[in-house]
Amino acid sequence: MFKIVQKRELNPTVTEMVIEAPLIAKKAKAGQFIIVRAKEDSERIPLTIAGYDREAGTVSIIFQIVGAGTMELNTLPEGGCVHDFVGPLGKATEIEGLKNVCVVGGGVGCAIALPIAQALHAQGSRVTGIIGFRDKNLLILEDEFRACCDELIVMTDDGSYGRKGVVTLPLEEKIKEGANFDEVITIGPLIMMKFVVKTTKPYNVKTVVSMNPIMVDGTGMCGGCRLTVGGQTKFACVDGPDFDGFEVDFDEAMHRGTMYKEFEGHARDEACNLFKQEVQ
Amino acid sequence: MPNMDPKKCPMPSQDPNVRNKNFKEVALGYTAEMAVTEAQRCLQCKNHPCRSGCPVDIDIPGFIAQVAKGEFEAAYQIIAQSSALPAVCGRVCPQENQCEGKCIRGIKNEPVGIGRLERFVADWHRENVHSAPAKPTPNGHKVAVIGAGPSGLTAAGDLAKMGYKVTIYEALHVAGGVLMYGIPEFRLPKDIVQNEVEGLKELGVDIECNMVIGKVLTIDELLGEYGFEAVYIASGAGLPRFMGIPGESLKGVYSANEYLTRVNLMKAYLPGSHTPIQKSHAVAVVGGGNVAMDAARCAKRLGAETVYIVYRRGMAELPARKEEVEHAEEEGIIFKTLTNPVEVLGDEQGCVKGMTCVEMELGEPDASGRRRPIVKEGSEFELDVDTMIMALGTSPNPLIRSTTPGLDADKHGCIITNGPDGLTSRPFVYAGGDAVTGAATVILAMGAGKEAAKAIDAAIKAKNA
Repeated sequence: MFKIVQKRELNPTVTEMVIEAPLIAKKAKAGQFIIVRAKEDSERIPLTIAGYDREAGTVSIIFQIVGAGTMELNTLPEGGCVHDFVGPLGKATEIEGLKNVCVVGGGVGCAIALPIAQALHAQGSRVTGIIGFRDKNLLILEDEFRACCDELIVMTDDGSYGRKGVVTLPLEEKIKEGANFDEVITIGPLIMMKFVVKTTKPYNVKTVVSMNPIMVDGTGMCGGCRLTVGGQTKFACVDGPDFDGFEVDFDEAMHRGTMYKEFEGHARDEACNLFKQEVQ
Repeated sequence: MPNMDPKKCPMPSQDPNVRNKNFKEVALGYTAEMAVTEAQRCLQCKNHPCRSGCPVDIDIPGFIAQVAKGEFEAAYQIIAQSSALPAVCGRVCPQENQCEGKCIRGIKNEPVGIGRLERFVADWHRENVHSAPAKPTPNGHKVAVIGAGPSGLTAAGDLAKMGYKVTIYEALHVAGGVLMYGIPEFRLPKDIVQNEVEGLKELGVDIECNMVIGKVLTIDELLGEYGFEAVYIASGAGLPRFMGIPGESLKGVYSANEYLTRVNLMKAYLPGSHTPIQKSHAVAVVGGGNVAMDAARCAKRLGAETVYIVYRRGMAELPARKEEVEHAEEEGIIFKTLTNPVEVLGDEQGCVKGMTCVEMELGEPDASGRRRPIVKEGSEFELDVDTMIMALGTSPNPLIRSTTPGLDADKHGCIITNGPDGLTSRPFVYAGGDAVTGAATVILAMGAGKEAAKAIDAAIKAKNA
């Protein structure tokens, strides 16, 4: 059992939890992930680490409520416990030696982009942050990004905050202006990462993407998280989750990501109805 | 006078057409009368060849003699001296190639049903004896075991009995390894596995779940600041193999590991489970081992109307246990042997809609001694399936070897050991089971755990002498 020492709502569908897990906090690095199970019979949910405090012995996770599993996780109160918490899994994002990096986050993916931006900032890299959201209500972590980015551009699809448009717009402008990034690191919806790669490829700017496919065990056993990268089968849990964006087969990953959509939707509706009853 | 019945006392089991719709145990086990009758078939021959066939060296004639007398607890105590998991082995060991394969009665007739007797004794003990085992006197030394599967549990049990303080680190949220995530409920009920795990805890073994060694802690930390004098790596099989044919990333293609983990560990077979799994009509399981049989029989139980085993060699070459093949056939699994998939076909949504196969014929024996399958020219045909499960074996998990400097592995990623004692290229680091051999059987993994426990004890004694 792992204690939830802090819980806060970042926006109506995104929650942050700070979990007491001293051993994981000691080893965690930006880009790695954990697997959490809310209760004894819950599903195993992989979530990329959103932050850690080695001294306090805590690891934070930020999740969007998308299915029955994350909905159940969100019912747990501050001061309560998650049943299982395992990690740090996967390889850390490679940031050593990078001097000038653009970090592009989309939606809840910004939660994962943040520790990478912070780690880059801490090693003295110049960090340009581009974060995008559907609208103002879904904006998260702006202050935190501002604190670690030399320049931050906030985008919303509808223009209700920051600049109107998609993240690739300022990214391409920056590249054209001669920003001369060593690397672009992007985390967000698959479709966004696909277009980030489409934007950077003509300029040949190395682009690292953080993949979050369906997983079961997350430790290199089930093979559910396989992706095609450079024509080869790779496993996100042990070979990733970061991959060279130019090599990833995004269309295939997007197809595979919808495998259980019907089941998820159904489970969510069922869970929603249950919660409605509890409220009434 | 021994019972000279040429055949084993039959095992009562669920009717095939009932059991292929439920996840309850297939074989129901002997009654006390059946056990005594079967035990009396043992000739108590002088050379007891059965014993040489047992990877953990159980005193087989000894325990059978007790069963024949109706002394079931005495029989259990004899087995328990050698095996940490008798209720498991009685169910999943390939006895026909081991103890029973060597039985003198088996030369002319059926061998003594040693596996069935072992299972009976273990079940009888579990149901009738509730006293905790005596805790061994601590010897003041600490050993870490990585992985709570059959190999790790066996090594931990043996070391604990010698007085070592043993901590098992398990990556998953529950102990048992393949016994929990891989072997289905209908072949090995999970409460039996957990009962055996509880038995180890009563011996004083600590089990820490959710600990991925190589990530949260390294072998060097265990040997350093954590104060363990030796480590036994039993991290098991790893990443599943795929065929490398087009279409393997379509929705509806599973590895057997994933399929079985969803069904068993994550309990997708229970109504109302939160674990998604494909609702299949026609399933092809590619491979011919026990894992393939397990996956096929699970798919059938989950409601698939048609389930194929697709295997490139013939029926005689199937690596699965004969009993598993027979059970699968009885349950309506269709064996498409001498058949090999060459492409998985998808629909516009990216879901599996079929597979293209070729027919095979057997040529000269290859390095493994089995006849090599050769493609028959122009034999391509399509098989209508909506789910494919790849049961082609695994390659070892990379997490430990990649984080332990000086730990040698072969080109496949299997940890290299000195020999049967399991010593690796690092002093006081031992390894065994699938992490060393690649995918093999439960009992071989247990045998390796036993040998390593002996070697660890000897090494720690020598160091402190």
